[in-house]
Amino acid sequence: MVQLSLPKNSVPTEGKTFKAEGAKRVKRFRIYRWSPDDNQNPRIDTYEVDLDKCGPMVLDALIKIKNEIDQTLTFRRSCREGICGSCAMNIDGANTLACTKGIDEIGGDVKIYPLPHMPVVKDLVPDLTNFYAQHAYVQPWLQTKGEEPKKEWSQSPADREKLDGLYECILCACCSTSCPSYWWNGDRYLGPAALLQAYRWLADSRDQQTNERLDLLEDPFKLYRCHTIMNCAKACPKGLNPAKAIAEIKQMMVDRA
Amino acid sequence: MTASYSFNDHTFDVVVVGAGGAGLRATLGCVERGLKTANITKVFPTRSHTVAAQGGVAASLGNMGPDDWRWHMYDTVKGSDWLGDQDAIEYLCRHAPDAVYELEHFGVPFSRTEDGKIYQRPFGGMTTNFGEGIAQRTCAAADRTGHAMLHTLYGQSVRHNAEFFIEYFAIDLIMDNGKCVGVVALDMATGELHRFRSSIVILATGGYGRAFFSATSAHTCTGDGNAMVLRAGLPLQDMEFVQFHPTGIYGAGCLITEGARGEGGYVVNSAGERFMERYAPSAKDLASRDVVSRAMTIEIREGRGVGPNKDHIYLHLDHLDPKILHERLPGISESARIFAGVDVTKEPIPVLPTVHYNMGGIPTNYHGEVLTLKDGNPDTVVPGLMAIGEAACVSVHGANRLGSNSLIDLVVFGRAAGIRAAELLKDKAKPELPKDAGENSITRLDHFRNAKGSTPTAALRLKMQRAMQEDVAVFRTGETLRQGKKRVADVFAEMPDIRVSDRSLIWNSDLIETLEFDNLIVQAIATVEGAVGREESRGAHAREDFPNRDDEKWMKHTLCWVDTKTGAPSVDYRPVHAYTLSDEIEYIKPKARVY
Repeated sequence: MVQLSLPKNSVPTEGKTFKAEGAKRVKRFRIYRWSPDDNQNPRIDTYEVDLDKCGPMVLDALIKIKNEIDQTLTFRRSCREGICGSCAMNIDGANTLACTKGIDEIGGDVKIYPLPHMPVVKDLVPDLTNFYAQHAYVQPWLQTKGEEPKKEWSQSPADREKLDGLYECILCACCSTSCPSYWWNGDRYLGPAALLQAYRWLADSRDQQTNERLDLLEDPFKLYRCHTIMNCAKACPKGLNPAKAIAEIKQMMVDRA
Repeated sequence: MTASYSFNDHTFDVVVVGAGGAGLRATLGCVERGLKTANITKVFPTRSHTVAAQGGVAASLGNMGPDDWRWHMYDTVKGSDWLGDQDAIEYLCRHAPDAVYELEHFGVPFSRTEDGKIYQRPFGGMTTNFGEGIAQRTCAAADRTGHAMLHTLYGQSVRHNAEFFIEYFAIDLIMDNGKCVGVVALDMATGELHRFRSSIVILATGGYGRAFFSATSAHTCTGDGNAMVLRAGLPLQDMEFVQFHPTGIYGAGCLITEGARGEGGYVVNSAGERFMERYAPSAKDLASRDVVSRAMTIEIREGRGVGPNKDHIYLHLDHLDPKILHERLPGISESARIFAGVDVTKEPIPVLPTVHYNMGGIPTNYHGEVLTLKDGNPDTVVPGLMAIGEAACVSVHGANRLGSNSLIDLVVFGRAAGIRAAELLKDKAKPELPKDAGENSITRLDHFRNAKGSTPTAALRLKMQRAMQEDVAVFRTGETLRQGKKRVADVFAEMPDIRVSDRSLIWNSDLIETLEFDNLIVQAIATVEGAVGREESRGAHAREDFPNRDDEKWMKHTLCWVDTKTGAPSVDYRPVHAYTLSDEIEYIKPKARVY
């Protein structure tokens, strides 16, 4: 059955407010909270942060909140420089990395939710098991035939350039979880992140499994649920364009038919 | 056993802790050799900090001109300021080219030369012909080499169906009469404890940069394996040697690769002077990292820093062809824009020496087996325990690591560990667990889960980080170090007052951060203790009260044990291996280290 509103036990309630006493430049962070421990509905807690005592990025504010205001706030983070992909979340209505999103880019309250349409483990931590399985499905490793050379496989700079815009993916899941097709059919549609990786290997001049790779994707759902909505390209914090890669795969399918 | 906890039990041949470059390479090697292998990692593999390595991986392929593994070895020995063990350094440099070709065959998207070979760039301290010319030895995938390697190694792990335990936090080793027989880990998603019985545990847990306030290291770089080793009553080695990378972005601390200088970038002071010409007339901006970091610190101290507070230095790339920047340095161009608001084609990047790498760690031989000093034997192997990567101190980096020697360290010794594990496990029965196996982990976990003091973990952690940053800095004196020792000891003394607020067992990151801080503080103690003791200047350890290297007294590795109950350190020493592995190269004798 199509469900067009949130089930009752998923509707967020208004949570606690933590005031920043004596602060001059205050920004309000409204953050989604949910824990499986207490059988409660999710809630939105409000944290006032003194911007004069906080770093410039949304992640700086989250860490400040966790360090100084509320130790129970739960989120993933690691490199804090936009390369590990841990702190992907929905900020100000769009999926992005908290560590590279400037607080000053956001007018009004900063609203933070977990990546949409994924099971929530706790607060801002989504369960990405299915996302990782889809990445594994595209066989993300070099496949060659015959004997390996003693040294490196030869690849021209022009052929290597074809991997630019593909290999830089950090598996943050911002793209897949912003895609309406993925929201509807995340169980059967591989989603933009996995397909970008599928194309990364298809486009590699060293790889010799083109047909087998295309066979893996030849299916009404796995590839063809992409309807060129382009949310993926809009969301990608690394400036990549998964939709274009998907279009390239579709082209390869046509060309080999 | 505390009543409310129980174990999920597993049995493996090998358990690897950590899924960065070294951990993944070791996992692969073990799986390939038919060993039943588990990999336990506190973050999803591609989020490990190897992902942030930028400039490249060193190997004497000779794609850009003549090269030789012996030249690489000479540079590494000199870079280490003769504290590196030359048998291990020979092993590293000899095996480096094959390790890079293997990575390429795995699928790493290396940048290419016009004739289709792997592109190699100049890097600090890398020379040709034993110090004569500048070598192009550092194999690069633009400035995202670590990312390219880590994702590729993860792909290979998927291919080989390696068994991962992801977002499992390792708590402690299971030791039985001096032998390692397994490890206990907490499944962060459920709060359940898992007890792994295994013939071999390989620690690949990385460095502990987060003991300092400003580090290029990720928040997760807390040296958990190092601390587990200390709690097992074993020593860490050469912990006083902490590398400051010359070019962390001022304020944010994010890394700007040395490859930026490899491609022609240079640093200037407030007078616009290229001051490295004064400090290292021959290598200039490509002197090794300790040299450049000290020069920058002196410039700032003497009033020639840039910015309103004259407290940092400028890195210029704006004279380089924008096409080169786009092709070879796209990642740091992006970082500079995001974290410094700088367009690198037009303006310099504000930079500052920033804690980056730990040369010290768990003492091992070049097979990856953990060593300790016992009954006068400084090379006593600890059965069942191995360590690789930044967590280990083999020691190939000695007192100062050369840029791009860490990525090669990961794969060469990750591979070596797999080979050794297979040799050791031939017809070997799995160890039986002692009766109380894992109880130490439960005690530790339960203690912090119920910590009801008045000081939140973050407050204590900040105190430790400030003390380390201020008193165990680029330049050190007996006075600052003794002060640092007291400050760190004071933080340790406050540990009984620590407070954990989150009582949940599901993804309790308050608890995890507390366990990590508990790991960091004992490493901070070992670091400052080693530094107080070492009355000489060598590599990254620069004592203003003892400005010279003293080979007669100090060409030896520091071993530091820490009583993790009382916080009391104790120190002893191991000799540096003054021999090579083969007769294809002679021992490289110490001489003055000039760049």
